[in-house]
Amino acid sequence: MNSASDGLSVEKVHVWRGERHVLKGLSIAVRTRELLHISGPNGTGKTTLLRVASGLLRPEQGTVAWLGQPILSVRAQYQAQMAYSSHEPALKSDLTALENLRFAVGLKRRVTIQELREVLERTGVGAVADLPTRVLSAGQRRRVALARVLAMHATLWLLDEPYSNLDAAGTELMSGLLQAHVAAGGVAVVVAHHALALDCNVRRLELN
Amino acid sequence: MQVGAWEAFLLIVNRELSLSFRRPEQLLQPLVFFLIVTTLFPLGLSLQLSLLRDISPGVLWTAALLSSLLSLDSLFKSDADDGTLEQLSLCGQGLTLIVVAKTGAHWLVTGAALVVVSPLVATALGIPVAAFATMMLSLALGTVTLSWLGAIGAGLTIGLRRGNVLLSLIVLPLATPLLIFGAAATERAISGTSAVGPLYFLAALCVFTCTLAPLAATAALRITLE
Repeated sequence: MNSASDGLSVEKVHVWRGERHVLKGLSIAVRTRELLHISGPNGTGKTTLLRVASGLLRPEQGTVAWLGQPILSVRAQYQAQMAYSSHEPALKSDLTALENLRFAVGLKRRVTIQELREVLERTGVGAVADLPTRVLSAGQRRRVALARVLAMHATLWLLDEPYSNLDAAGTELMSGLLQAHVAAGGVAVVVAHHALALDCNVRRLELN
Repeated sequence: MQVGAWEAFLLIVNRELSLSFRRPEQLLQPLVFFLIVTTLFPLGLSLQLSLLRDISPGVLWTAALLSSLLSLDSLFKSDADDGTLEQLSLCGQGLTLIVVAKTGAHWLVTGAALVVVSPLVATALGIPVAAFATMMLSLALGTVTLSWLGAIGAGLTIGLRRGNVLLSLIVLPLATPLLIFGAAATERAISGTSAVGPLYFLAALCVFTCTLAPLAATAALRITLE
């Protein structure tokens, strides 16, 4: 397969934040069955890079392409195949975990309540599915956000600090899901501070 | 399987309504404000019914305008604060659809509710029952327009800490035609003359904002999201 038309590629992007030149002509390419692990000190543009890749942030220069197409020209298809999770869980605190998932995932694909319950069960928060997320712990909220990524059935995962607030079992679960996703032909870009012990094709990018 | 636009629209409206009803105090705040302001006026004035009748259209419309402003800044801000707006904007449905659904749901719980309670207020202000239909129609047209103007303002002021002051400064000048024509329509209905002229103006403003404001609000939101 032609490497340019496979997976996600970010080419020579420049992003300024006010006077600060955050990303200086950065290029990355992640192919099918690959995971890109982005690390580096605080304030080096890891989140910015992920937001550029998701299309939330438009770079001043450079392009982001998915399967060889610039994401701006295939925005709807790209968004349908992509699951983005920011460093905050992005849940409505007044809605239950299940409702949060129903309204977020339901906009991407048709999904049944039963299916969402099963996904919540898989990420270990099935017992609190009907509680408002306001009463959940930070780790549980992170697991609900993980369930949302999982339920979207996306090919591309863009995860910002997915390991934060997770306990040992949660860390193991997260790693297992990432491995399974990549093994099933998915693509993942993960921002994490610590080393990832994953049994799959991991590439590393250190920003500084 | 992809989700159709209409289905997505209903899902977002459902989401907004569920969120509103989980927070009844936020839902009731503008309505209570509307009721308090309009019922305080007759108490503060002398007992001349004729004077009250003369100023009642203005009082009614000013109160409606200000109470709508109270709820506007929550339109996008709470979603922006907890990160769910980012999720919504990446859902593959297009930002305009989201803006239309959110603003529509917002009008249902604020503008439409205001129209429903307005006869109560009108009674307190001594507006005759014969004028109720015209008054409610003018309020319905006016609040829809106001919700759209507010959506543009709310989209522009998301990122600001004290955005609601700036929001008022943006929206109020644009809303003055509503006040003028809305009060004029109500006044004519009270005096028994035809209110068709001002109602046409209100309808024109309503159509104008319903067609163009979604685009402007989407553009405003896109700028502030980045």
